[in-house]
Amino acid sequence: MSSPLIGVLALQGDVREHLAALDAVGARTTSVRRPEELAAVDGLVIPGGESTTISKLASVFGLLEPLRERVGDGMPAYGSCAGMIMLADKILDPRAGQETVGGIDMIVRRNAFGRQNESFEAAVHVAGVPGDPVEGVFIRAPWVESLGPRAEPIAEYDGHCVAVRQDRLLATAFHPELTGDHRVHALFTEMVRTAG
Amino acid sequence: MSSTSPSTTQAPETGTARVKRGMAEQLKNGVIMDVVTPEQAKIAEDAGAVAVMALERVPADIRKDGGVARMSDPDMIDGIIEAVSIPVMAKSRIGHLVEAQVLQALGVDYIDESEVLTPADEVNHTDKWAFTTPFVCGATNLGEALRRIAEGAAMIRSKGEAGTGNVVEAVRHMRQIKSDISRLRGLDNNELYAAAKELRAPHELVKEVAELGKLPVVLFSAGGVATPADAALMRQLGAEGVFVGSGIFKSGDPAKRAAAIVKATTFYDDPKVIADVSRGLGEAMVGINIDTLPEGERYASRGW
Repeated sequence: MSSPLIGVLALQGDVREHLAALDAVGARTTSVRRPEELAAVDGLVIPGGESTTISKLASVFGLLEPLRERVGDGMPAYGSCAGMIMLADKILDPRAGQETVGGIDMIVRRNAFGRQNESFEAAVHVAGVPGDPVEGVFIRAPWVESLGPRAEPIAEYDGHCVAVRQDRLLATAFHPELTGDHRVHALFTEMVRTAG
Repeated sequence: MSSTSPSTTQAPETGTARVKRGMAEQLKNGVIMDVVTPEQAKIAEDAGAVAVMALERVPADIRKDGGVARMSDPDMIDGIIEAVSIPVMAKSRIGHLVEAQVLQALGVDYIDESEVLTPADEVNHTDKWAFTTPFVCGATNLGEALRRIAEGAAMIRSKGEAGTGNVVEAVRHMRQIKSDISRLRGLDNNELYAAAKELRAPHELVKEVAELGKLPVVLFSAGGVATPADAALMRQLGAEGVFVGSGIFKSGDPAKRAAAIVKATTFYDDPKVIADVSRGLGEAMVGINIDTLPEGERYASRGW
């Protein structure tokens, strides 16, 4: 497969930053708001944003089931922050009726690191990303409370798991799209390439 | 997990420009709603708001009641923070350092140094770099936006005319900011110095905007959005998201209107969706014609 087409779920959040990071590592990109747009992509990024808003809009506009189907059928997906929450099988502290796409055998805690005043930057070692640690930008970030046997923790901060890989699914509690370092997006693009 | 993370934990850095501006990036393509009670905050969250603005009175009531408009009661802000899991913003008066300090101490996620409240200082805005909590500020043109960014604002909203339910000023200010930016795009390096002088803004920021073709921070729209079509209009004119104040809770069916505005903000370029969500919303807020407003009651002229 030459250059895979990677979609960014564009219901709400920092869509443009993910599109730019994917462009920079040589993927073809498109934004996804409708089921037919989802059907056309080889892989999908769920961006940072408000997980309650993204979940609500995905339900209302008939994307939740198609998302679950494609992820279930093995479409590679990457979620940052709110996207990590959307890829979790379970939320520890969901809002009433808050649905996720699921796929990664983990339980996440929303806003685990605190409110905006506690938001922070710190270097994080990510397994599978060679070289220097990545610049972790954590904004009202979640962490992974617990993981099932199929999910592999690939980064931790302050004793908490903050990045996970399970087969073709990848999730980070931090926002590589807000930095100039595109190695996490390169890793995901490679996952999409090899899946095809 | 120690096998994947051999190094010791590095000390976290809070309140950086990237963390403050990055927070606003997460709100993009979303709607921030004015609320005055925890119940309204829940309605907003259920409708899909990305954040709420905790206020004592919505701008339409501030206009009606008159008097000095100040920061909200801390108990009321606490109540709203307790009620929802989405970010909570609150307003300080322009130049009122202490109101801003109090809001930071209360743990709000964003401070709006707002012209909707009565200004506390007619010369100086607050030094926003001095805070861990990020600030959003209003602007009517590019120069004003860049002066606020120079003072540390991590997000800009076009001002519009709050509490009128009339989108005309929001349109004017958004168009002005966008056209000021396109004008810079056509200038060469020599001309950017004169442009900075004209805009009364720092040269480095003017140069950055000329290169990026956009503000270095997220740009939302505010002040007068009352319908789903208004929200979509502001998105089409270049707003990355919208603030809705009186437009929701001064309307006939706030929950339904709030959800409709959220949907129209995401599908701002799809008239079919906007038509669908615009049906059966009940009454919109009545609204005020701007030219009937006396000069002293135009909030957009507050701040400089």
